Amino acid sequence: MIAFEQLNKKYGKHKALENVSLSIPKGRVVALIGPNGSGKTTLIKSFLGLVSLNSGDIFFQEKSVLKQSDYRKHIGYMPQISRFPEHMNVKQLFDFMRSLRKDVKDYDWDLYDKFEIKKLEKKRLNALSGGMRQKVSAALALLFKPQLLLLDEPTAGLDPKSNEVLKSKLLNFASEDRLIIITSHILSDLDDLVNDVVYLIDGKLKFYESIESLQEKTKESRLTKMIAERLEMKN
Amino acid sequence: MGKIVKYLTIDLMKNWVMIVFTALLFLATLGFFALEGQNEKAVIGLLNLSLLLVPMLSLIFSITYYYNMYDFLLLILAQPIKRKKSIFSLYLSLLIVFSLSITIGLGLPLVLFNPFSTSYLLLLCILLLSAVFIAIALWAAVYTNDKSKGIGLSLLLWVYFVLLFDGILLLGMYNFAEYPIEKYVLFFTFLNPVDLSRIMVLMQTQTAALMGYSGAIFKQFFTTQQGLSIAVLLLVSWVVVPLMFAFNKFKKKDL
Repeated sequence: MIAFEQLNKKYGKHKALENVSLSIPKGRVVALIGPNGSGKTTLIKSFLGLVSLNSGDIFFQEKSVLKQSDYRKHIGYMPQISRFPEHMNVKQLFDFMRSLRKDVKDYDWDLYDKFEIKKLEKKRLNALSGGMRQKVSAALALLFKPQLLLLDEPTAGLDPKSNEVLKSKLLNFASEDRLIIITSHILSDLDDLVNDVVYLIDGKLKFYESIESLQEKTKESRLTKMIAERLEMKN
Repeated sequence: MGKIVKYLTIDLMKNWVMIVFTALLFLATLGFFALEGQNEKAVIGLLNLSLLLVPMLSLIFSITYYYNMYDFLLLILAQPIKRKKSIFSLYLSLLIVFSLSITIGLGLPLVLFNPFSTSYLLLLCILLLSAVFIAIALWAAVYTNDKSKGIGLSLLLWVYFVLLFDGILLLGMYNFAEYPIEKYVLFFTFLNPVDLSRIMVLMQTQTAALMGYSGAIFKQFFTTQQGLSIAVLLLVSWVVVPLMFAFNKFKKKDL
């Protein structure tokens, strides 16, 4: 579904991405992990066209996305937002996003209901707590039933109950013709959710493997342990 | 694009800075007309006040606004929206709100108390000037990656356009006073939108008579239809050029 070909990105002298090539088929839930500054966000941002590459190409459904904007119709992105327009309330944000996406008529209000966002409708977005903002972001990302879902640290700041709600929603949402990519530091949140792991380190792709193959190689059952073990191995 | 402009404009209209700015302009305009016996003096006072205030507020407010909107811009850009559209919407929203504020705060009382061409010209100049400085602010904001740097840069730009440029120009005029420099001085004022607006309005008033030989040359130029049109066009190009730089940089920028 998406393919990265020989991506290179430098910020000044610092190489944020170095010859990253990766092809991910649909129907998977992929964890994109790596230490801080390993290039996870840069990879996601380059896919969204927010970061311009030094070289390389990115494909979505066999078409190059560079300098395009239309492909983003099919993408739900859950960023970490710290500021909204000052006087915008929750309802206005949802109205606004829907007015930007006139092409979509059929919405997914599932998370909106489960997170009880309706109760907050009149609240100003900037007055919401970090966790509430995450909930709003998550509900927005899923609202348009995207084929590709990009989640940037979705569970940071969520309480355990909401965490479970989000997780079960994601499991439900994953299907044959969809792809979910999640970046997270909290690996335990990703257990029994993800099928594949992409590991980046210093802007280079360390490995891209399915959970089954990781389990087989490391004989471990928990994601944290698997990855720790896997990093000890060569290639 | 209309949708983004609509939502941002409504949001901006509720901003207390804009409300205070409008009220301040309104009160100042009333005050000038109440205190000055002659309308023309009031107009000149207003000209001086708004030439200081409007560029500064346009610059600082717009730059802060850009940084505050940064996260939200990212959210918009993750939708099928072109980059140019998003930044243009931001510019347009700021422009609409500043124009409304200036028209209500300055224009309305001005036209009521002094319904002559000088008032309309002053209003036009100040509107254009805020358009210029919002454009410059966006350009500065796109070039700097940090809010405090951006605000620092905008303050420097303000000092340059409002104080420094005139100082340098005066120094030059003083040193070359022996030479026939009037036409060159005219040309140099084109390089500063603040001076350009100032002279455009001043030349419509009696004050022009007090400005010596340069004043005569200026008067000759700025009182003709042609001269005025050229000056307005120059101001418009002061909007377009920084805006183009800002847009082009924004299109390639890593967000």
